[in-house]
Amino acid sequence: MLLIPCPWCGERHESEFTYGGDASPVAPVGEQEHKTSKWYAYVYERDNPAGLLHELWHHSFGCGRWIRLARDTRTNAFINDEESTP
Amino acid sequence: MQRYSLLSLARHALHDHRDWRRNFGGRPLKSAYDVVIVGGGGHGLATAYYLAKNHGINNVAVVEKSWLGGGNTARNTTMIRSDYLTKANAEYKEFALKLWENLSAELNFNVMFSQRGYIDLAHSDGQMENFTWRANTMRHRGIDAEILNVDQLARLLPEIDVSPATRYPIHGALYQSRGGTARHDAVAWGYARAAHDLGVDIFEHCGVDGFKIDGHRVTGVNTSQGHVSADTVVVSVAGHSSLLAAKAGIKLPLESFPVQAFISEPLKPVINTVINFNMGLAYINQTDKGELVMGGGLEPRNGYLPRGGFDRIEDVVSRIITIFPSLSRVRLMRTWAGIADIPMDGSPLLGESVVKNMLFNCGWGYAGFKATPAAGWTMAATVADGKPHPLAAPFSLSRFHDGYSHDEGGVGPTPSLH
Ligand SMILES: Cc1cc2nc3c(=O)[nH]c(=O)nc-3n(C[C@H](O)[C@H](O)[C@H](O)COP(=O)(O)OP(=O)(O)OC[C@H]3O[C@@H](n4cnc5c(N)ncnc54)[C@H](O)[C@@H]3O)c2cc1C
Ligand SMILES: [Zn+2]
Repeated sequence: MLLIPCPWCGERHESEFTYGGDASPVAPVGEQEHKTSKWYAYVYERDNPAGLLHELWHHSFGCGRWIRLARDTRTNAFINDEESTP
Repeated sequence: MQRYSLLSLARHALHDHRDWRRNFGGRPLKSAYDVVIVGGGGHGLATAYYLAKNHGINNVAVVEKSWLGGGNTARNTTMIRSDYLTKANAEYKEFALKLWENLSAELNFNVMFSQRGYIDLAHSDGQMENFTWRANTMRHRGIDAEILNVDQLARLLPEIDVSPATRYPIHGALYQSRGGTARHDAVAWGYARAAHDLGVDIFEHCGVDGFKIDGHRVTGVNTSQGHVSADTVVVSVAGHSSLLAAKAGIKLPLESFPVQAFISEPLKPVINTVINFNMGLAYINQTDKGELVMGGGLEPRNGYLPRGGFDRIEDVVSRIITIFPSLSRVRLMRTWAGIADIPMDGSPLLGESVVKNMLFNCGWGYAGFKATPAAGWTMAATVADGKPHPLAAPFSLSRFHDGYSHDEGGVGPTPSLH
């Protein structure tokens, strides 16, 4: 049970959110060449780090926005960094 | 091996049980092995045992960073069944179930395998239809399965509330009478003892933090007790698989999630089977000591902190007491969590990787205890034969590349949904 710092609503209970997972994979849309390996990496491969993870949360029962946060997966501490939603 | 029997028990009683020998450990770590297995959970230890037993390969070391079986093996709710829908999963789990049926005798160690039956509850006509389809598919493959109506269920399990007044009325169940539970620690200890006896070296408090890789081939592991050369390395570390894979430059198609379980105070026998509740997820069985063991779904985000929140406990308990109202005053005693490795299609990842001679056995998530004997058997065969065991072949690490998956629930490549 985490308290999640929504940049719009402040700290809110985890049960208000839907987990969007790792934010780092980016769909290779608009690339010139058709590269199966890039799509494979986007859909399937994950770093799954023990440490800093940038991830997406949807504040479903709150402001309704998608936010991007940085969390330490070993401690569940949220870390404010420049890649998080301000 | 000092065999366990009534006679040996009596003989040792004469000496106050003081001269039982230790069952494993005590041999020094050598500088080279044919096979090094990373991870001393049930799977790693079973792999070592079958390498020695089935293939005569006993120049093997199992290196475990903490204590034997202290990972998911000793944290799981011990439910064993083979009621899977997809062919590859069903055949694998059924092979495991057959091995379980003889495991105590095979290891001369009582793993307390108890075929008390497994009940999957249906709460709607749709679920009943789905379960009937699954049961028919199982029977078609020669696996036992029955569909119970409400009266049959109530006779089997008198404590359950099958009245239409309950929150999610029960429409029936899928029943696998050969399913059940086993004593988790005993599985690790039994395999360790038998493997040690066949010459396998086992080391606790010996963590691996890297590999020696020449070209694209692994040649050894760096352990906290020094470097060890190995012809083959088998990585069997469950929730920590991605971390070790990263040390070899490999990205696995899985994510790690904490998953929780908890037990009640001990009660007299009240629940005589394993029960899975299917409006939301909750499962329960009773240990031989009398505690009720319960669990549910994953914690709601991935990570490596083996701890769960009270939300999950409340969620599971509230579901359990809709079907067992008589348990509503029972107190919980303990809660704990393990780190489950959940692949993109929810099915395990077995066999060779892009690094030559480095094999993985992972992706079992929170459903791999039941597979322990088969995981050991098939991984050992894969190492010894240099090609995937037929039962393990469908679970290759490269399957997503080749465009196929084993998605039991049909939910797509999102680990948190499996
Ligand atoms: C709460 C919970 C409930 C579950 N319920 C069920 C159930 O009812 N039925 C079922 O079939 N399955 C269940 N499971 C899943 C089951 O527990 C696992 O799939 C199975 O036990 C995995 O066995 P293993 O030997 O692969 O892993 P583990 O027992 O986790 O062994 C892996 C070992 O690797 C070690 N290790 C990790 N990193 C390193 C390193 N760097 N160097 C050396 N060693 C390392 C760990 O310390 C650990 O001992 C459940 C899991 C959990 C967490
Ligand atoms: Zn918000």
